[in-house]
Amino acid sequence: MLEIRNIFKTYDNKPLLRGISFSVSKGETVCLLGASGSGKSTLLRMIAGLEFPESGQFLFNKIDLAQTPPHARDFGLVFQDYGLFPHLNIFDNVAFGLKMRNVPLAKINARVAEMMDLVNLQGFEKRKVTDLSGGEQQRVALARALAPQPRLLMFDEPLGALDKSLKEDLLQELRSILHKTKIPAIYVTHDQDEAFTIADHILLLHDGEIIRDGAPDEVWQNPNSAYAARILGVGNVIEGVVNSANKVKTEYGTFPLNCKHKHSKSEKVSLLLQQSPSPFRRGARGEVEIKLKVEDVLFKRDQFQVKSRGDALSGEALSKGGLVIHLKDAPKVGQMIRVWVKVECLA
Amino acid sequence: MIAFINHTFTQARRKLNLRISVLSWRIVLWLAPILFLLAFFFLPLSKILSFAFNTSALSKANFQLILPTVSFTFYQAGLSTILTFILGIPSAILFSRFNFRGKSLLRALTAVPFMLPTVVVASSFNALLGTHGWLSFLASALLRAGFPLPSEFTTSKTFYFLLILLAHIFYNTTIVIRIVGNALSRLDPKLEGAARSLGADSLRVWRHITLPLLRPSLLAAALLVFMFDFTSFGVILLLGGSNFSTLEVEIYLRVLKLPNLPLAALLSIIQLIFTLIFSILYTRIINQVTTQTAPRFSTSRPPKTIRKRAFVFTFYLLLLTFFLLPLASLPIRSLTRLEADRGQRDEVQYGLTTDYYKELFINRRGSLFYVPPIQAARNSLGYAGITVLLSLALGYPAAYALAKPTRLEKFLDPLIMLPLGASAVMLGLGFILSFGRALASPFFVPIAHTLVALPFVIRTLQPALASIPKRLRQAAATLGASPFRVWQTVDFPILSRTTLSAATFAFTVSLGEFGATLLLTRPEYPTIPIAIQRFLSQPGGLNFGQAMAMATLLMLLTTLAILIIEKLRLPNSGEF
Repeated sequence: MLEIRNIFKTYDNKPLLRGISFSVSKGETVCLLGASGSGKSTLLRMIAGLEFPESGQFLFNKIDLAQTPPHARDFGLVFQDYGLFPHLNIFDNVAFGLKMRNVPLAKINARVAEMMDLVNLQGFEKRKVTDLSGGEQQRVALARALAPQPRLLMFDEPLGALDKSLKEDLLQELRSILHKTKIPAIYVTHDQDEAFTIADHILLLHDGEIIRDGAPDEVWQNPNSAYAARILGVGNVIEGVVNSANKVKTEYGTFPLNCKHKHSKSEKVSLLLQQSPSPFRRGARGEVEIKLKVEDVLFKRDQFQVKSRGDALSGEALSKGGLVIHLKDAPKVGQMIRVWVKVECLA
Repeated sequence: MIAFINHTFTQARRKLNLRISVLSWRIVLWLAPILFLLAFFFLPLSKILSFAFNTSALSKANFQLILPTVSFTFYQAGLSTILTFILGIPSAILFSRFNFRGKSLLRALTAVPFMLPTVVVASSFNALLGTHGWLSFLASALLRAGFPLPSEFTTSKTFYFLLILLAHIFYNTTIVIRIVGNALSRLDPKLEGAARSLGADSLRVWRHITLPLLRPSLLAAALLVFMFDFTSFGVILLLGGSNFSTLEVEIYLRVLKLPNLPLAALLSIIQLIFTLIFSILYTRIINQVTTQTAPRFSTSRPPKTIRKRAFVFTFYLLLLTFFLLPLASLPIRSLTRLEADRGQRDEVQYGLTTDYYKELFINRRGSLFYVPPIQAARNSLGYAGITVLLSLALGYPAAYALAKPTRLEKFLDPLIMLPLGASAVMLGLGFILSFGRALASPFFVPIAHTLVALPFVIRTLQPALASIPKRLRQAAATLGASPFRVWQTVDFPILSRTTLSAATFAFTVSLGEFGATLLLTRPEYPTIPIAIQRFLSQPGGLNFGQAMAMATLLMLLTTLAILIIEKLRLPNSGEF
């Protein structure tokens, strides 16, 4: 339905987006994941018609949107800090889009009531915007965007300002609403949990380009780059140097390179180090056992999060972060432990 | 048991003593300011009231005069306000929505007139458009060159009225730019984006979102502009002569030209009631303005589309011309001879001259003064000095008391501010009614100036005094500073800036004060504004030139003072 072709955009004379292309099909929720300042919000504003790219095209049902002003695009937009109209009450906020489309009053009333049901805010119509909590305001913003039945919904970090448990609840609700209404949606966030929960398709934005796209499970299993692995929180990313035997020397030992990339000697590479599901099981194919020294132990409900260091290198060669693994039983600080890990090259 | 009772008794007595000592300390603080206001504001006010509600004031003839005066005052103020908005709203959009080169300079330029004395603004417009100004010079030059112009228009009543309206716009556009512009740039751009994505075209975004959200600021700006135009005196008198009788001008006329003191008193009470109503409305509205959402980043952008560029370019040029032309034509006119000095028929030496300034130092027989005109500058500086000392001496204790307000201060605060609602002409009238012959003493002029300056001085000092947090003093003390060191390192740096700022404020007010001085001053002690008014009201090129020279001097002095105040401004001190 929506097709985005080769969008370029600069901001303050610096390139912000460099050739972004993707598409959203009916009923699909695409999630744009990227750090703040990566241009995600600008992209949304451009799709909405509030800003313009230097080059590139936006097509909806194969029709170029360049000549369509924002109010005629029929795209709903939900902002991080809601953007509710402070001078209107809840009813008038939700009814705004319908009024702009000159819908008769009786229909407006029915539709607003329906929306209030959908977002679980029955009876809130006469309240003032400022009397609502953050979560309630976000529901109103959602109801307002949904009321005119837009052709596309866009969410700009919609849950960013909410606390964690509220976030999870609203995310579930949003997911079911999107499935129910079958409206194609673009969801922008910097939070990978949100992205994995809501997305049918994930796009990873970095340095103005999409560096990874795919279904959530594909992206998780194969992040393809150190940046992607880090932002997705897939596992530990470690640095190493290629030695003469086409192996990588790291602080946790020397690992074979089983990848299709071409590496030269003494090149720096990033490796993804993922812990085997059980520390007692003998490693599956491609897994190796490494020795670690425990630095810190954190209690995490059903297991312990252990920060540890390797001892294959010493002094300056040690990386900053150390390795984070999870164990059923708490080891002592300073103790040497052994764990099975899967090592992958991230290029 | 007895010991216990004794103990509680002494405790209670101590508490009582403490309370009494706090109260008496407050009374000491308030003594001088209150006595001053009683003697020089409330006594004159009561005199005006008793004159106003005299049977001779409440006559039918008087009411027949009052009605047209009041309605004309409303008419000119209303018209001025509308015209000010016609220029002000696009300017507010220009400054809040767009970035362009020279923006802050242009913005500062639009704010200059607001701080200039009325005589300077009136002189500037005279220099540009008046009968001795550049426009008529140009018109007569064109006439000589064979292009006849409708010369009668520039001497018609309509033209003078137009001048007054222009001067009012010139004065007050900055209010609209500030209040409405600030509100516009505080408006969350997301709201307009949300409305547009919900299907509202730009016109409907204005109607349903922007305008309703701006309403309090628009109302506040309109009220303030209206209030200033309503009480405008110098501009109307100096640009319109006595052709236009607003309440203020009529009070002045009924005191000095066609004496009818009961009528003058009645007019000033009517004026006071209106200004009080406006101020109360304004205070209510301005409270709504401050509760709006603040954005997290600037909403202004460089103009991108051709239409936006054309808009920015047009208004840039318009504002630059409108504000720079009068301000520049005054000093240039003061250095240029365009006409004969005393209406001689012989050949006139056109061109650059410093004669108007030289003439200020010469004591001519048959001139307007018994002394060299520059004496007016000395008088002004002397009066301003006394005003500074007096208003600081009275303002400091009041500001100290107001910095930590008790119930007493909540009661006294509006009383202290009441003189703001009274016009300067009214203050002059009150003095005349109360002190009669004693007015021969020149000291009443700085006293009247102090009355005008005192509210500003207090409002400048009070936030600074209140802003010195106890914690800062405590922190300094725990870091090992002795009480003197605490005062030296914490209080003094804040207070010295503020004191200088308040002093400069009082100084500027006194230098430019026109209304009260016009009624109170003795012929032999003219101030700069009075001298300008006298020069302007006399025929001949030399008199006009000297008015220009004097006004230029006043403009320079005031500009210097404004620069000092701006440099000293505390980041959070209020506007207006």
